[in-house]
Amino acid sequence: MAEANPVLNNPKSRAEADAGPTREQDLIARVQGGQNELFYELVRPYERRVYAAAFAILRNESDAEDVAQEAMLKAFANIRQFRAEARFSTWLIQITVNEALMRRRRERNVVMEGIDNQRDEESEYTPREFADWREIPSEALERKEVRQKLAEALASLDRKYREVFVLRDMEQLNIQETAEALGISVASVKTRLLRARLMLRDLLAGGWEHGWFSRLPFEKGTKPW
Amino acid sequence: MVSGEDVKPNGMSCETVWREVSSYVDGEVGVGLRTEMDEHIRGCRRCASVLEGTRNVIRLYSDERMIEAPAGFGKRLEKRLARNARVSPRSWSSWSAWLVPVAAVLLFALGLRLANTYTAERALRSQLAQAARAIPPDLQVVVSDDAKVFHVPGCDFIHNKNKLRTMTAKEAIRDGYVPCSRCMRKYLEATTAGRSQPSSEITDADADDVTGGQ
Repeated sequence: MAEANPVLNNPKSRAEADAGPTREQDLIARVQGGQNELFYELVRPYERRVYAAAFAILRNESDAEDVAQEAMLKAFANIRQFRAEARFSTWLIQITVNEALMRRRRERNVVMEGIDNQRDEESEYTPREFADWREIPSEALERKEVRQKLAEALASLDRKYREVFVLRDMEQLNIQETAEALGISVASVKTRLLRARLMLRDLLAGGWEHGWFSRLPFEKGTKPW
Repeated sequence: MVSGEDVKPNGMSCETVWREVSSYVDGEVGVGLRTEMDEHIRGCRRCASVLEGTRNVIRLYSDERMIEAPAGFGKRLEKRLARNARVSPRSWSSWSAWLVPVAAVLLFALGLRLANTYTAERALRSQLAQAARAIPPDLQVVVSDDAKVFHVPGCDFIHNKNKLRTMTAKEAIRDGYVPCSRCMRKYLEATTAGRSQPSSEITDADADDVTGGQ
C-alpha cells in the first residue's frame, strides 16, 4: 500500500514533527507541574496553525485572532487534562475548531447551514483540467504572488470543503481527527476532501496559463515547456 | 469536459480513479485497488494529470509557508496569555524579569550623570548673575573655590588670589561660575574690535601674580 503520504514527505512538516516530541513532552510536563511561564514557549510553534484553523472557519481576521487567543487560554486552563497519547498540536487545533464553531453558531443561522451541507455531496466531481502537471517545486512558495493565488483559490471553495481541506492537508489532522473536530462523519470528510483537492487542482491549473507557475525555477535538466 | 466512459483495458474507468485518487494519495486504498489504479494511470494521460495535480495541491498547501497570521499576532497572544493566564512573557525567566526595570533606571541615572558631566551646566553660583554667553570656550580663565566668578588671568578684581585655579571658560561655566563683569567685558570688547589680546589694563605682572598664586 504504500505510497508515502506527500504531506508527511513535506520536509518542513516532517522536520517539525521529528524535532518536537522530547522537548515538547518536557515542556508539557513542566507546565502541568505548575511552571505557567513556560506555556507560551510550549504553544508558540503552533500559534500560526491555531490562527489558520480559526480563520478557515470564521473567515474574519479579527474574529479568528480573538478565537485563537481564547482557544489558547482554554488550552492553558485544561492543560492537566491533556494526555500524552494524543498529539499536542492536534489537541490545540481541536480546541480551536471547537471554539470557532461555537462562535459561528452564536453569530449565524445554523438551520440554513444544515440544509446547505446536504447539497453537492450527492453528485461526484469531474475534473475539468487535464494539462500535464509537473512537480511544482516548493521554492514556488517563496513568491508572494504564488502564495496569494493559492490563498485565493482556497478562499473560493465552499466552506464545508475549505474547512476539511484546511484541517486535513494544512493542519495535518488525520481523517478521524478531522471528523471529530468538525462533528461530521468520516465518510463526509473523505468525500469533501476529495472534492476540495480536485477543485483546487482545477483552480491551480490556471497557474500555467496565467504564468504564475511558469516563471518558477525548474530543476536542472528539465524544461518548463 | 471529459465523459466518464473512458475505460482502460483492465476494466477500471477514469471515474473510478477520480473517485479514489484522494485515498490513493493518502495511502488508504487496498493493494488490489492500488495495483489496478497504477495500471490504469500508466496508460491514461488524463488520470496521470489528475494524480499529479492532486499531489501538487497537497504538497503546496501543506507547506508551513502557506500558514500565515497577521503581523504582531504572536506578540498580542503572548500579552493576552500574560494578562489572563499569568503566563510570563517568554525569554525572561522569573529571576531576571525584575532586572529589566532596574537596569533601565540605572541606565537612565547613568545617562543623566554623563549628561551633567559633559554638557549641562550646574546651577549658577550667583543667582543675581547673568549666565555667560559668547565667551570662547577654550579661553583660559581663573577661578577660586570660594568665589562665584571667573576672570581673565590678571584681572584686578580677583579675590583670594592665593586659591586660584586655571581652567577653560567652558569648564568654569559648567561648574556654575559666572563671568567677571569687568575683565571679561573688556576681553570681549577687545576681541570684538579685532584685537586678540585682552585689555591692556591687564598687565603681565598681574598675570604672573595670578598664575603664581596657584
